[in-house]
Amino acid sequence: MTLLKKLIAAAVLLPGLVFASEGGFPLDRAPDHTKDMAALQNGARLFVNYCLSCHSAASMRYNKLKDLGLSEEQIKNNLLFTSDKVGDMMTVSMSVKDAKAWFGVAPPDLSVIARAKASEAGSGPDWLYTYLRTFYKDDTRPTGWNNLVFPNVGMPHVLWELQGVRTAKFEEVKNPHEEGKTEHTFVGFEQVTPGSMSTPEYDRAVADLVSFMNWMAEPVQATRKRIGVWVLLFLGLCIVLTWRLNASYWKDIK
Amino acid sequence: MAFHEKQLPADASIGDKALNWVDARFPLSATWKAHLSEYYAPKNFNFLYVFGSLALLVLVMQIVTGIFLVMHYKPDANLAFASVEYIMRDVPWGWLVRYMHSTGASAFFIVVYIHMLRGLLYGSYRKPRELVWLFGVGIFLCLMAEAFFGYLLPWGQMSYWGAQVIVNLFGAIPFIGPDLSLWIRGDYVVSDATLNRFFAFHVIAIPLVLIGLVVAHIVALHEVGSSNPDGVEIKNTVDERGVPLDGIPFHPYYSVHDIFVVSIFLLIFTAVVFFAPEMGGYFLEYNNFIPANPLKTPPHIAPVWYFTPFYSILRATTSDFMYWLEAGVAAYVALIILRTRLAGKYKIAAAVIGLAIILGMFVFDAKFWGVVLMGVSVMIMFALPWLDTSPVKSVRYRPGWHKYIYLVFGIAFIVLGYFGVQPPTPTGTAIAQFCTFLYFGFFLLMPWWSATGTFKPVPDRVVFHPH
Repeated sequence: MTLLKKLIAAAVLLPGLVFASEGGFPLDRAPDHTKDMAALQNGARLFVNYCLSCHSAASMRYNKLKDLGLSEEQIKNNLLFTSDKVGDMMTVSMSVKDAKAWFGVAPPDLSVIARAKASEAGSGPDWLYTYLRTFYKDDTRPTGWNNLVFPNVGMPHVLWELQGVRTAKFEEVKNPHEEGKTEHTFVGFEQVTPGSMSTPEYDRAVADLVSFMNWMAEPVQATRKRIGVWVLLFLGLCIVLTWRLNASYWKDIK
Repeated sequence: MAFHEKQLPADASIGDKALNWVDARFPLSATWKAHLSEYYAPKNFNFLYVFGSLALLVLVMQIVTGIFLVMHYKPDANLAFASVEYIMRDVPWGWLVRYMHSTGASAFFIVVYIHMLRGLLYGSYRKPRELVWLFGVGIFLCLMAEAFFGYLLPWGQMSYWGAQVIVNLFGAIPFIGPDLSLWIRGDYVVSDATLNRFFAFHVIAIPLVLIGLVVAHIVALHEVGSSNPDGVEIKNTVDERGVPLDGIPFHPYYSVHDIFVVSIFLLIFTAVVFFAPEMGGYFLEYNNFIPANPLKTPPHIAPVWYFTPFYSILRATTSDFMYWLEAGVAAYVALIILRTRLAGKYKIAAAVIGLAIILGMFVFDAKFWGVVLMGVSVMIMFALPWLDTSPVKSVRYRPGWHKYIYLVFGIAFIVLGYFGVQPPTPTGTAIAQFCTFLYFGFFLLMPWWSATGTFKPVPDRVVFHPH
């Protein structure tokens, strides 16, 4: 069986060859607040205040926020800026043409962005959580802002009032793999002006916002898991019954 | 022949009378008997034999969920992506139907690959079941077409660029290629016209052919009877009524057996549907949650996992690899000429065809040959019943080292699939090229290796251990 063992060993080792070549800025794990209604409501508030002025969430109805424990009245009074009917979709009034003129690219719809941004580097929420916390001041960019996760992004740092203004420090570090070459490596942020939130407060707010976007990408995700448990229990019972049924027929076959 | 209706006694139950009325006009009881209650299947089936029934279950599930999806889906480039999200959010239970359909597509391939593996191991394609196998390969082709057309419908980035890449492949065919791919798309790029025709193929054309082939597959199987892990023909030993001694009625024995397995299958299936419908990006690719954008090519376009072994063969065919292929064709022709007892004219034909292929490899570029190899890698399965020259059907009675050949083939197939998912790297391409040789070698050298070695005696009756 040595041949077999060698082949299995080769099959197991193969993935390592490829994953080692993955690069990019490492993603932080996003805290999951999707089971915390108050956090999701806070996330919704941040979302409609900061994101929805440029980004749409066209698959999302305002009154879907009732699932987060809000009443129609509360939604109408606090969260409804772009429309006047709670049954409407979260659209945006900015035209694609204007958006391209202002940002160079139309801001993407955010309905399912938390699912779209998943990769081998981390989940979609991980990406968003790291992205929204790694903006820095960069005067070479048209907007004055740059980002570590999404270099040269078209979006300015919309949450700068909360986080404050930061610059990023880079150093030329020797490339360990290639002789004589250096890499432009990020070493840390420098706070220029303070924001209205401390760093832990800001991180928590972003976690709330990202959890909301995670919920919004698939509002049914908690429901399906809850139902799923019962479905599996039911099928488990079916397996026992059909197993005994099968055995009772097959005992005659000699 | 005059119409004849059996006379039942006056006190017969209403059910018996109704059945008698129908049977005089339609072969209801006769069909039930022929295909279920008096269809005698070998009693020694192992668990690999349930995947045919499971494939039928998944087919029905895909059709039923598909019907409900079509009620809400909009085959329009401007509306398609949003209509899928509408199904996920606003249609009651739409998310469940959609996840069942998307998971069902992957489940279909898992079940069918295992079903084909079983056929391979136990020689289910051998005489007299060649047609069963041919219909089966036809079903597999339909399934690939169905999956390919269906994958465009959500109109995400992977849908769009996957379709773009595959349709562009037809452009590599010499002379007619560019016009052919234009004709398939109905436009210069994948567009609304493409979406509409793919929708038509996905919901009408291919399912019709698929169902027809499934019926033919089952009718052909029931005509000759099922094979079994021993490769023993149970119809050779029958009792005085003509019933095979090793056969048991499909219903109830295999129907209760299948219900049990269906429960297990559904447990695994629903675990995916309810807890991991994306399956880590393999069943629903992350990039496909971004609406199709004809102006923005994703950095890495990977087909869904079930196509990747064949896609890997396509990508492995680089211009450097052509020399290896030319050498491979030359060696194969030499093998046919030197190591077969074919008549001289066939050997001359093989030499001429081989020479034409080698010349063609110098004339046309590697992209075209990649498309050819990918096509042949699927089509070659049609030839399987005639490539296998082993005196026994089942792997059980073959020489021990044959098992390693199947194992190496299986590993090559999985490794090809793995590298088809990954972005291309020089190492990955080299390994995929090696596995491409293993894949084709398995089939093309089968006439020689399958007849070589010491075969074990096949028993007259099946081997069965009562459970």
